[in-house]
Amino acid sequence: MGKGDVKLLGTWPSPFVTRVKIALKLKSVDYEYQEENLGSKSELLIKSNPVYKKIPVLLHGGKPICESLIIVQYIDEAWTDIGSSILPCDPYDRAVARFWAAYVDDKIFPTIRGLGMAKGEEAKAAVVKELKDGLVLLEEALLKSSGKAKPFFGGDEIGYLDIAFGSLLAWFKVMEKYFNVKLLEEATTPRLVSWADSFCKHRAVKDELPDTHKLFELAQNVMFPRWQAAAATN
Amino acid sequence: MGKGKGDVKLLGAWPSPYAVRVNIALNLKSVDYEFQTENLATGSKSELLIKSNPVHKKIPVLLHGGKPICESLIIVQYIDEVWSDGPSILPSDPYDRAVARFWAAYVDDKFYTAVKGIVVADGEEAKAAAVKVLKDGLVLLEEAFLKSSAGEGKPFFGGDEIGYLDIALGSLLGWLRVTEKSFNVKLFEEATTPRLVSWVDSFCKHPAVKDELPETDKLFEYAQKVVYPRIKAFAAAAAK
Repeated sequence: MGKGDVKLLGTWPSPFVTRVKIALKLKSVDYEYQEENLGSKSELLIKSNPVYKKIPVLLHGGKPICESLIIVQYIDEAWTDIGSSILPCDPYDRAVARFWAAYVDDKIFPTIRGLGMAKGEEAKAAVVKELKDGLVLLEEALLKSSGKAKPFFGGDEIGYLDIAFGSLLAWFKVMEKYFNVKLLEEATTPRLVSWADSFCKHRAVKDELPDTHKLFELAQNVMFPRWQAAAATN
Repeated sequence: MGKGKGDVKLLGAWPSPYAVRVNIALNLKSVDYEFQTENLATGSKSELLIKSNPVHKKIPVLLHGGKPICESLIIVQYIDEVWSDGPSILPSDPYDRAVARFWAAYVDDKFYTAVKGIVVADGEEAKAAAVKVLKDGLVLLEEAFLKSSAGEGKPFFGGDEIGYLDIALGSLLGWLRVTEKSFNVKLFEEATTPRLVSWVDSFCKHPAVKDELPETDKLFEYAQKVVYPRIKAFAAAAAK
């Protein structure tokens, strides 16, 4: 069910693209997906996002929307009569959800690359600690917003912050395996452990997360060596 | 006349463009509020600031009925949604909202970094290159303006009234003027950004804005004494 033609330009490993896929699934939107080769970007991508030339880009009736969280809000507003609200209804809850989503982008996401670029065990451990401290803050935020009973940041249903943060979970699993660390743990973030499980099983999420094995191979063979090489030249 | 929905308090500082965004939004909605200045020069933070924004410990923070809202653009959207009977800050159409959010995020991503780049640039060539980065950004915004409101003869990105992107970009005007004065450059020019030149004039005269932008001379002094040295020191430390 769509309102005009909907097309998503993305790449399968990108957590930012995953966010958009989940939001579209949540709103039962039919769309065409175009996989981009970032080494050789399509004319459509360059034309649709001339400022950054990055994915995801959502094209709706030919009009481009860029930046994953802006796209998610657009989807919520354009298909407002379908499915549940992605953003909470109350303005204060919306501000809180936006705050933590921005925190995920500013502080949590960069640690993936940070860990990949860290030179030596001590540096790696420092990045892991910083990341885990951030996850504890999100654990507290989950408790504050959902209390004891609700499974998601959005309450009974996944919402904006679930999508913003949950889109990173496949990469978290890859990092845990590659660096032999535990990021979400019962000891420090018990609520997030059950949240992650519920999130990944959600009907709008389970087919949208990249395959962890495939992602691990990509990380091991391409991404981590690339980041290590970049770190070595600094 | 002021409309309040519970008590409203803003933790801010006159030199901060991010705090200025919130002042403007509150004025636009005719909201009565208490203003508490944080002293950015000394860097000593009030207990209320630390308690209200424990994650970042930064201003602006809006306290509404005691509940804190942080991050300037998040606060502006909050104000728009709570005081919904005032003039709309975000456009009503979802696509226009996405475009406004895109360019506001662009301003946040690029402009502060670009200004810092000018401050730390070593030598004339490096400075010219850094200034070009900022001016290229303004040309993109000029084009965005032309594509939307200016193309229809409207004075603001928001149309007839100032809106989200006007506030996001316009709040930086104090700092952009100081950059022009400090480094003897022109950022807004008839040759490259004619519509933005008139936009600057209209924006600064707007009743919700005119008392909120810091005076250029006062901000210039503050930049020379406090901000530029701090930016340079930070850059030198990071280079080690």
